[in-house]
Amino acid sequence: MLEARNLWKRYGDKVVLEQINLKVKEGEFITLVGASGCGKSTFLKMLLGTETLSSGELLLDGQPIPAEPGADRGIVFQQYSVFPHMTVLQNVMAAKGFQRPGLTGWLFGAAKRQARDEAMVMLREVGLENAHSLYPAELSGGMRQRLAIAQALLGKPRILLLDEPFGALDPGIRADMHELVLRLWREHQLTVFMVTHDLKEGFYLGTRLWVFDKTRHDPQAPHAYGASITYDLAVGNTDHRTFEKIDQSVTLTEKETDKLYEIN
Amino acid sequence: MKRLINQTPTPGLRLALGILPFVLLLLVYLLASDARLAENPNDKLLPSFSQIGDAIQRMAFEPNRRTGEYQLWADTASSLTRLGLGVLLAASLGLILGLSTGALPMVSALTSPLLTVVSLIPPLAILPILFIVFGLGEPAKVALIALGITPFIARDLQRRTLEIPMEQLVKAQTLGANTSQIICRVLLPQLLPRLIDSVRLSLGAGWLFLIAAEAIAATDGLGYRIFLVRRYMSMDVILPYVAWITLLAFMIDAALAGLSRRLFPWQNKGGH
Repeated sequence: MLEARNLWKRYGDKVVLEQINLKVKEGEFITLVGASGCGKSTFLKMLLGTETLSSGELLLDGQPIPAEPGADRGIVFQQYSVFPHMTVLQNVMAAKGFQRPGLTGWLFGAAKRQARDEAMVMLREVGLENAHSLYPAELSGGMRQRLAIAQALLGKPRILLLDEPFGALDPGIRADMHELVLRLWREHQLTVFMVTHDLKEGFYLGTRLWVFDKTRHDPQAPHAYGASITYDLAVGNTDHRTFEKIDQSVTLTEKETDKLYEIN
Repeated sequence: MKRLINQTPTPGLRLALGILPFVLLLLVYLLASDARLAENPNDKLLPSFSQIGDAIQRMAFEPNRRTGEYQLWADTASSLTRLGLGVLLAASLGLILGLSTGALPMVSALTSPLLTVVSLIPPLAILPILFIVFGLGEPAKVALIALGITPFIARDLQRRTLEIPMEQLVKAQTLGANTSQIICRVLLPQLLPRLIDSVRLSLGAGWLFLIAAEAIAATDGLGYRIFLVRRYMSMDVILPYVAWITLLAFMIDAALAGLSRRLFPWQNKGGH
């Protein structure tokens, strides 16, 4: 369903991504890992439609990906994903209101009752039915992310994009969230792209793992080369040595980038 | 002994400390007033409390011999009507301008430079123009208040709109929302409490413009009265009027703060 052909992303002279070629089938669960600043988030934003590519092609069902966010691609950010002025239930119901054409996105009468029922079913599915009248500021970080996921799913997207969704959560809660995401992915037959900092999370969660890393380094001109996908693995049957190797290379790149920031 | 920066007053002490300056001011006034009146019983500069009380009785609770109106209340009604209309106009205009320039880059490109220039014009400098255009009646005074604070509210709300995290706008789009739905359901509700904040901050300027306009051309109003009795050095009227204006300003501010808390419960729940 998704295809990238010789995709490049540059900011002025700085190359972020180079020579990305890939094909993704419907229903895959892909995790994107890599050092900070390696372009994995940039790639996710291109899928989302908030970043444009510099050259090459990024095709969804053979058509270029639209240059603005749309209902076929849902998103959960690390934070600020939910609307602070709506209760939990209103947040999820808003997804139904936004699906219908109209000036205000408010629902009335039968449409409102139906949206309410659907929203409650979705809240039950993510375990938030008892919190439906609370405001996001009253929720814990994990509950807020559950809400963001419920909201995104009620929009019935084909693709779900997750931008370090569990980065700010405690390890125990993170494990719960992993189970939830895996279950929803299977039940709703989604194609998932998830950016994560945590290599273990990437190995454990997905069906496929992409490692974004620089293959070429020029110490004199650190921005001359961009990152590309150095590993494209079907996860589940990878041995420990590969994990170590990727872990090492990503850490190395991270150190290089850190040094760079110190110098600048 | 703790460092001074770590010493905090207990609630009782805090209250006592807060009241102390008021008591001291009052005491100083009393002593000075007594001293002056002892020397010259006809002195008008620092009237005694009984003289001020007489003036309040005369202005607020006895009908004016010529017009039959209760002066203080009639003045209050005219002034509050002007202030209310001006602020209402400014709030509506400011909300529309701030929201549209904050949400729509095209509108921002069109109007932001103009808004910046207009906000730099001292409103009192164009008061004569307003009098020429609108005449000396009510519209000129309302227009002065509106013109004076609209740019502030508009620019404040524009900044507030831009502060709303991009993530929320992207999220709404991924749920299928169009531009007007995003404005109505994501931006506008989050801006309303900020509009109230903005109005609270601009009310000080609103009073300034109101009193200035009334001082120059009016036949009633709190500002008009103060400037009128100044000719007779009637400090016994001016002082209670100033206190009354201060009290009104305080009550309006408190009412708006209460309204904001009541209408938008989501903003004070928990911490972000």
